[in-house]
Amino acid sequence: MFWGYVIAGYGIAAVVLGTYVVSTLRRGRTLSRQLDPEQRRFLDD
Amino acid sequence: MTTVEMPPARSVPEHTGSRLTRALGGAVLVTWTLWLLWGLVLSPADVVQHESVRLFYLHVPMAIMSSVTFSITLIGSIMVLRNGSVFWDLMAGVAAEIGVMFLGLVIATGAVWGKPTWGTYWEWDPRLTTAALMFLVYLGYLVIRRLDMDPVVRARRAAVFGIVAFINVPLTRFSVQIWNSLHQETTISLTDTQMDGAQLTSYALGMLAMATFLAWLLVHRFRVAWLEHAMDESGLEKLIRDRRAEGAANEPGGVR
Repeated sequence: MFWGYVIAGYGIAAVVLGTYVVSTLRRGRTLSRQLDPEQRRFLDD
Repeated sequence: MTTVEMPPARSVPEHTGSRLTRALGGAVLVTWTLWLLWGLVLSPADVVQHESVRLFYLHVPMAIMSSVTFSITLIGSIMVLRNGSVFWDLMAGVAAEIGVMFLGLVIATGAVWGKPTWGTYWEWDPRLTTAALMFLVYLGYLVIRRLDMDPVVRARRAAVFGIVAFINVPLTRFSVQIWNSLHQETTISLTDTQMDGAQLTSYALGMLAMATFLAWLLVHRFRVAWLEHAMDESGLEKLIRDRRAEGAANEPGGVR
């Protein structure tokens, strides 16, 4: 019985965090392709 | 005559990754593996809460990380009002966005944990109510950041809101001490710890896992925001160039 709640809690977190991470990384790739190299340099490159 | 070979031009990657994010990503993999191993497999069930205690190792670290992100928003907002920093404006915004996501998950996992522990998913208890209020207030902050207006004015208004909104963080944190609450008081503090052994290890690993994940995510999300800002800037510059060319063409004797 208690494992159901544990799986639900961890499952909700995994889906939300996973979706956010994937959308952030994909948005970063899409924007990077649209900008010139000098506009997408970061401090530690 | 000697030929000097020029070093090859360094290619700029078409993503937001770098050595820093790869190092942080490695730390995330290690800490999450250990956290899930301890939290879900190695640590024993609790005498009172049984297996549902494992939600503690997820719920509390996320709650603390949401407070950390809102603190970053506070610092960023102060810096924006002091010197109009674009860096801090973007940082304040992405930190609030991640904080809202964490807080939403804290409320959701708290509801899931509440059912086996209190017998209900939701109660208008001081801690739950103040957390829900904080969620709505920071959602409002994100709405302000998306208003269609002068970017400098928008940044300043968001900064004022970001400073005022922070009142919710200590209010939620101390709500269980200020009012009678169904929610338990602090389980772990610097001076008093009510856990030990594998349970304490699981909680500590949860904190470490969420902290490294937050750092990794914050860097990536900030870079996306920086790219969005660069995109807006380049769009604006192109618009100004086009308008000037149009104006020059319309002048008497101008290029037609």
